[in-house]
Amino acid sequence: MDYDFNFAAVWRDFDILLSGLGLGLVLAVISIAIGCLIGLCLAFAMLSKKRSIRWAATVYVSVFRNTPILVLILFTFFALPEFGINLGKIESFIVTLSVYSGAYLTEVFRSGLVSLPPGLREAGLTVGLTEFRTKILITIPVMFRRVLPALGNNFISLFKDTSLAAVIAVPELTFYARKINVETFRVIETWLVASLMYVIACSIIAAILRRTENRLAIPK
Amino acid sequence: MTIPVLEITNLHKKFGEVEVLKGIDLTMQSGNVVSLIGSSGSGKTTLLRCVNLLEDYEDGVVAVEGEQIGYKQHKGRRIRLKEREIARQRAMTGMAFQHFNLFPHMSAIHNVMLGLIKTRKTPKDEAYAAAEGWLDRVGMKNWKDHYPGQLSGGQQQRVAIARAIAMNPVLMLFDEVTSALDPELVSEVLAVVKDLASDGMTMLLVTHEMQFAHDVSDTVVFMQDGRIGEQGPPEQLFHNPKSERLAAFLKNSKF
Repeated sequence: MDYDFNFAAVWRDFDILLSGLGLGLVLAVISIAIGCLIGLCLAFAMLSKKRSIRWAATVYVSVFRNTPILVLILFTFFALPEFGINLGKIESFIVTLSVYSGAYLTEVFRSGLVSLPPGLREAGLTVGLTEFRTKILITIPVMFRRVLPALGNNFISLFKDTSLAAVIAVPELTFYARKINVETFRVIETWLVASLMYVIACSIIAAILRRTENRLAIPK
Repeated sequence: MTIPVLEITNLHKKFGEVEVLKGIDLTMQSGNVVSLIGSSGSGKTTLLRCVNLLEDYEDGVVAVEGEQIGYKQHKGRRIRLKEREIARQRAMTGMAFQHFNLFPHMSAIHNVMLGLIKTRKTPKDEAYAAAEGWLDRVGMKNWKDHYPGQLSGGQQQRVAIARAIAMNPVLMLFDEVTSALDPELVSEVLAVVKDLASDGMTMLLVTHEMQFAHDVSDTVVFMQDGRIGEQGPPEQLFHNPKSERLAAFLKNSKF
């Protein structure tokens, strides 16, 4: 290979790449938090006694889990304004990733909920808790611990999906990497550094999740 | 006349098309210990679960201390009470389950404290002291900081009983509390139940331990096919059964 490595151009703009990574993390955290709320509500909806509620939740999951996220991002940003819904690029991406992660997390939470012994809920009820408080104090905390490993996987995957925000010019890491690439033609260096930054960020997230898992583990 | 702790009148319950309770009448006064016996599928556990509305019932009345559980009559119609009301009513009774159902993410003492703090609004330090007292009563004080996963079945069941009793219920419901235990752990749980009975606690038990039912109850109720087949003092039911069904059941239960 006849290629002279020169990282200088990339280092010069490293702070921009870092800020892009930072924005990606913020987008992921906000979207996953909203996605968790959507996922929790829909997971309970999927186990509802009412057929219409179960049906609505199933439709939601089917639609958003079976559409590529890139298509969702483009649809939200370019097509929704035609319906009078105008969102800035960052807001638009947050909405998309929240809705999309909600669909995935619904399945994670649902599988966690069905794995719980039914007696757990009943025990909460017999000490005088309402259904809602039983969920908050008992069902959700126990379920959450059970699904934490699966949740971690999803978190990392969703964080990586923030790179797709580049297609609507959200200034995150991939967006800046592409910009530096175009301006400097340092193709290998730019994408190598960007890749490494994703790997390091994801490894840190994984380590934090593992620590959380251990800290919350139920003693046996 | 004093109001009965539990008064069940003409109770009917269906699972889909199958009627599992076909008109049950049962009255318990304060301090009574009543055991429900019978083969599986006879409706014992369902009856118990109707008392705290873990199962809805279609017809009849379940009343605890004169208050109908789960429903009220309004202009001749039967209306389900609001969630909050039902939660309050459920806390009038306590329940111990076959599979203990302790909250796995809380230590023994926090299992006992939860209802006190969240339902009874007891201040935390008082709740802690009370919970410690009840754990001591069931012989589990030294294990108060252990989690359910660290305890044997018998120990878990004793904590579960403490959790229910701590709420100071007017009636305790025991649903086959020894059925899931290894044989060597049964006696420690039965000892706790016996201790509570001798203390005057009003108790309704579903049990397969015939000797225990014989020793601890004032009244034994034999259920068959969703009806009360026979009921009376233990001496009469166990030693002088009127029906052939009961006699056969007792023979099979090796009493």
